[in-house]
Amino acid sequence: MRELSLHILDIAENGITAGADCIHIFVEEARSEDRLKIMIQDNGRGLPAEKLDKLTDPFVTTRTTRRVGLGLPLLAAAAQRCEGELAVETEPGKGTEVVATFQYYHIDRAPLGDTASTIATLIMGNPDVDFVYTHIIDGNDFSLDTREIKREMEDLSLSDPMVIHHLTQLIRRSLRQLEASEGEADTREDTNGKADNR
Amino acid sequence: MAKLTIDDLKKIKEKSTKETSLRHGKANIKITVHMGTCGIAAGAREVMNALMEEMAEADRQDIRVVTSGCMGMCSSEPNVTVEIEGAEPIVYRDMDQNRMRQVFKRHVLLGEVQTDFALARM
Repeated sequence: MRELSLHILDIAENGITAGADCIHIFVEEARSEDRLKIMIQDNGRGLPAEKLDKLTDPFVTTRTTRRVGLGLPLLAAAAQRCEGELAVETEPGKGTEVVATFQYYHIDRAPLGDTASTIATLIMGNPDVDFVYTHIIDGNDFSLDTREIKREMEDLSLSDPMVIHHLTQLIRRSLRQLEASEGEADTREDTNGKADNR
Repeated sequence: MAKLTIDDLKKIKEKSTKETSLRHGKANIKITVHMGTCGIAAGAREVMNALMEEMAEADRQDIRVVTSGCMGMCSSEPNVTVEIEGAEPIVYRDMDQNRMRQVFKRHVLLGEVQTDFALARM
């Protein structure tokens, strides 16, 4: 995958397929520590222990559960080639937590890419699922909780195209501010959505 | 801490209510963007972006967009299925932003199936 935010979309969709109705997405860019952490938590049905060992084996694919396909192996490979790792914790009936870590400035690290559009796609395509998204860049954070938004918006549906449109713009803007709020003259603007959209 | 504030939400709500008032019809057109690992890697999110833009522009309440998993036709991803009530569902293959816009404008809005990109009738 060209962008890490595509992995986020993929793993989150896994959780939804596993019956989750709330997905937590957590991204932490600690540039001073040269570390990037991505965590996706779902409250889906989880995985039995015997499958956990085989998660990153692309050839152990039971096509009935989409969880064990290419998604996790690809993310594991992306993390490992940046001196990071993939950790998966799961409890049957409770949910699954996927954590991927990366060396931030590793030459092989794919850009985060258009995270705003990943979140928007998830919200738009899954109106019955709630998303909690937290993004931290060097200690400054942005967060969004669709449960709160739904409460505030009352009669307006979150899957309404106009609402999604404004929401995406807002996430983009907020991430750009986060990125800029640290004084580092950093040329990698990989959370800036459109700027990175080739 | 930066957060989506109530003010932000109010602004979104204000902007959107103006644009969406008086429309609470039921959806009878469904567009499915297939978002398996294969679809995502092939560009399904960009297709979804184009679709979201077209949706915002068209401003129609009777169209519902959903995502789904892989349907086993990974080689032709990104796939998009258009289901219009009373007509056969059509699966489109190898979608990109331009094709999505064309399918939206011609098939979804005008009912002309774009046979050039159609993979199958379901």
